[in-house]
Amino acid sequence: MISPILFWTVAFMTVIPALGLLFARKPVYVAVAVITAMVGLAGAYVALEAPFLGIVQIVVYTGAVMMLFVFVLMLVGVDQRESLKETIAGQKWLAFALSIGVGALLISVVSRLALSVDKTPVTGEPQAIAKELFGPYVLVVETLGFLLVTAAVGALVLTHVPRLFPKRTQKEVQAARIAAGANPVNKTFPGVFARHNALDAPALDPNGEPIEESVSRVLKARQQTVDSIQYRDDNRARRRELGAKEDEA
Amino acid sequence: MSPINFVYLASVLFAIGAATVLLRRNAIIAFMGVELMLNAANLALVAFSRMQGNVNGQIMAFFVMVVAAAEVVVGLAIIIAVFRARQTISLDEPAELKG
Repeated sequence: MISPILFWTVAFMTVIPALGLLFARKPVYVAVAVITAMVGLAGAYVALEAPFLGIVQIVVYTGAVMMLFVFVLMLVGVDQRESLKETIAGQKWLAFALSIGVGALLISVVSRLALSVDKTPVTGEPQAIAKELFGPYVLVVETLGFLLVTAAVGALVLTHVPRLFPKRTQKEVQAARIAAGANPVNKTFPGVFARHNALDAPALDPNGEPIEESVSRVLKARQQTVDSIQYRDDNRARRRELGAKEDEA
Repeated sequence: MSPINFVYLASVLFAIGAATVLLRRNAIIAFMGVELMLNAANLALVAFSRMQGNVNGQIMAFFVMVVAAAEVVVGLAIIIAVFRARQTISLDEPAELKG
C-alpha cells in the first residue's frame, strides 16, 4: 500500500504549484510552478509502481516540453502584459463555477466507483513496458512515429518565413548608407586630447569646443557623461600659460 | 492508502487545468493549462493501472505523453506564427472571425 505521507507530499507538490497557474502574474513563474508539479507527478508514478513512466515524465515533461515553453516565452518576450479587461461580462466567475463544477462532478463519480485493488501489482519496469509496447501495441508505436515526424515537419513549416526581399550584400548596404547622407569616416572618439581619455568625456575639436556625438548615446541616456567645459577651460588656461612663457622667451 | 486517492488528486488537477484554460488570456499560460489536464489524465491512467494489476494503463499514459509532445511542438509553432503576425499572444486579440 502507498504511505499517506508520500501521497500528501505529492498532493501538495502538485496542487499548490498548479494553483500558481491560476494566480501567478508572470509567465516565467507559471512555467517554474508547472515544472514543480510535473516532478511531483513523477513521484506519484513511482509510488504507483510505474518507475519507467516516472523517469519518462521527468525527461519528457520537465526536460523537453517545459524547456520548450520557456524558450518560446523567451522568443515572444517575457513581459507580455495580460489584458485584464473582460470581453465577456462575468467570464471570471462563470469560469470558476464551471471548473469547480467539473472537479466536483469528477470527484463524485470517482467516489461511487467500487474498484478492487490488486494485491500483487505488476511493476512497470522497462522490460515489462517493452514487452507490451513492441508486442500487442507495435502498430500504435509505429503510428506514433509517423505522428512525431509530421509534428516536427509541421513546426518547421509553421515557423518558416519566406524571404520577401533579396539579401543585401555589405557593398550595397554601405552604398545606401552613403547615399542617405551618412558620414563616410568614423565618428570622433571620446576623450579629450592630452587631458582626459575616459569614455564619458566628449572629445574637443581644434577650437576647444566639445564634440557631443563622440560620446556613446547609451551613456547620454543614462546621464553618465562628464561635462567637458571644464577641460576646455583648463586647456585654454594651459595654452595661455604656454603662450605667456613663449612670450617671455 | 488506496491508489484511488490519486484519482481524486487527478480530478482536482484536471479542474485547475480547465480553470486555467478558461481564465487566462496569455496563450502560453492557457497552453500550460492544457498540459496540466493531460497530466491529470495520465495520473488517473497510472492509478487505474496500479489497481488493475497490469501495465496497460501505463502504456496508454505513455501514448498520451507522446501525443502531448507532438501537440506542444505544433501548438507552440502556431503561437510563434501568431506572435509574428500581430506582436501579441493574447487570446482575446484574434477575434476577427467573429461575425
